[in-house]
Amino acid sequence: MPVTDITHDLDARTITITAQFAATVERIWQIYADPRQLEKVWGPEGYPATVVDHDLRPGGLVTYFMTSPEGEKHPGYWRVLEVDEPHTFTYEDGFAHEDFSPNTDLPVSTCVSTFSAQDGGTRAVYVTTFADREGLQTVLDMGVEEGTRSAMNQIDALIA
Amino acid sequence: MRTSDEDRADAWFHALSDRTRRDILRRTLAEEQSVSALARNYPISLTAVQKHVAALERAGLVHRRRSGRETLARADVDGLRSASRLLEQIERRGREHITRIDELLEAEED
Repeated sequence: MPVTDITHDLDARTITITAQFAATVERIWQIYADPRQLEKVWGPEGYPATVVDHDLRPGGLVTYFMTSPEGEKHPGYWRVLEVDEPHTFTYEDGFAHEDFSPNTDLPVSTCVSTFSAQDGGTRAVYVTTFADREGLQTVLDMGVEEGTRSAMNQIDALIA
Repeated sequence: MRTSDEDRADAWFHALSDRTRRDILRRTLAEEQSVSALARNYPISLTAVQKHVAALERAGLVHRRRSGRETLARADVDGLRSASRLLEQIERRGREHITRIDELLEAEED
């Protein structure tokens, strides 16, 4: 089981997941740097991802959509903030409109991924922070509309 | 941006960031309790426990009602369920992402 630790910090609105992979840091980095590999590992079960634009540099954009089992497309984007190849990168993860422009009505999270050599493999640490409490509350409110498919799809898209 | 939504989110995070309040929440999820009965579980004053319960109510996590001279408290299951479910889902997606990286790497070894 690659996941070695998970912590929640409600006050900081942060979840931190630590994993150990049997591969070099450079190999792990390639998974994020290569859009065709990123597609294979991004998105929830049953919602395969398709990466459209991929610019993993500070200020760059990665755009993608996930396809639901019913064939609906859910667009999303990463706005890349910081990059220190192959050690770490930081991005904002958000919902997008069909043209991949950011959907500012819906919340974003900031994600920091860090890779370091450990025990012959790579220790990966993923820190996801909700940008603001109002955003989280919006998603919580959406969750209360249980039974509404679109709300659940949006939550799935957020957490993918 | 609605101030009431921001206030509510602030109250929710504040309520859950204290272990005594989380314990009160667990107990009132199991069954409705009088605040005085709850207070016997903690080495703090009744007033302090009343404040904790009030904080939980402001966050929409607990409901209070009067019954005679007692105040009874019970947890709001729906509010809590959606909040914890969200965090669980985020955690689950993180695990899935990691599992799929692992599978991608294993497929290369074959």
